[in-house]
Amino acid sequence: MIRLIMNGLEVQAEEGWTLLETAQFYGLEIPTLCHNEGLTPWGGCRLCVVEIGAKPKTRLVSSCTYPAEEGLVVQTDTKRVIRARRMMIELMLSTAPMSKKIQDLASKFGVTEQRYPPRNEECVYCGLCVRMCDEQMDARAIGFQNRGHKRKISTPFDIRSEDCRLCGACIYICPACSARCQGPSAETDICNACLQIEPTCLEEYGELNCWMYDAGRCGTCVQDKSK
Amino acid sequence: MDVQIDRVKASILKHKSQKKALIAILQDIQAEHNYLPPDALRAVARSLGVPLIDVIGVATFYRAFSLKPRGRHIVTVCLGTACHIRGGPKILEEFERKLAVQPGETTPDGQFTLETVACLGCCAIGPVVVVDRDYHAHTTTRKVDGILKRYRKPGRPS
Ligand code: FES
Ligand code: FES
Repeated sequence: MIRLIMNGLEVQAEEGWTLLETAQFYGLEIPTLCHNEGLTPWGGCRLCVVEIGAKPKTRLVSSCTYPAEEGLVVQTDTKRVIRARRMMIELMLSTAPMSKKIQDLASKFGVTEQRYPPRNEECVYCGLCVRMCDEQMDARAIGFQNRGHKRKISTPFDIRSEDCRLCGACIYICPACSARCQGPSAETDICNACLQIEPTCLEEYGELNCWMYDAGRCGTCVQDKSK
Repeated sequence: MDVQIDRVKASILKHKSQKKALIAILQDIQAEHNYLPPDALRAVARSLGVPLIDVIGVATFYRAFSLKPRGRHIVTVCLGTACHIRGGPKILEEFERKLAVQPGETTPDGQFTLETVACLGCCAIGPVVVVDRDYHAHTTTRKVDGILKRYRKPGRPS
């Protein structure tokens, strides 16, 4: 058992746990994008950063790759952490503004302005699809190619790979592949619609349709109001 | 094609089919063909037991490797800081005009490939142009023709 301090609480981690796993075990929420339980940690998106060490010598590390250490002092939601996370969201938003997942993150973290021009690349290089293809599907049909600004994910020679069984796992796990609610004709770079939602109710505003795509997803209209 | 694969196999055997020799094997192939033919890469992946995508990942990562056929002579114009202020871009333009290709492209007759580089570490003799392994120091736009002539096959119309 490893003992460490997380947000002022004394917590215990098992040998081999990462900071993220420890936090999740204790119900402390840390946002992630490139992390998936079934895949090896990647540390690419930096959304999961936490602050470690004693003041004033603290530093930011990605919790999904940092192992739990004896006596470590961890803060999961300091100003510095939030600022770093918002920056990462803003950058990813400029790379792939069409992604619902990233738009949702922006709304959740109150990222309401975007200082970088949209690049509409539709890939944030989280590497989830590559790891999925390799580790879970055992196919190794796609991978990173080139480097620097020319980096891309593709099959060998950009043609259909013999190793690909068309299982679709890469699309399933891709955070950038699901289109944002407004679809491809969105006019703004930032959606933020969820921020303005006053939960409506289909009974009163039925003819306006639900705010969400499939009715009832938000749950307000189907909740038992008597309670 | 068969000959080619044989040579690839020979190179792999030379390195005792070790995975860690991947780059060395790719270098052998590159030296032989001036580029990495897809069939050769497939053969390397198969015999080393490395996924093809990983071989491609390595091959596309390094500038020394090319997946496209390259010309007999590689003309590299330095555009590093020192060469840049001494007129590197002008020289590059001159090469582009003379060879009628853009950087990264090969002339249709397969003679020259034009490339750029950011500093070769010999700024004192800049602007530098490297053709194959020869360094041409203090290049000017006027010298471009002369440089190309030296490598053009004799008897060919320029
Ligand atoms: S989840 Fe940790 S860096 Fe992406
Ligand atoms: S800038 Fe050209 S050699 Fe350094």
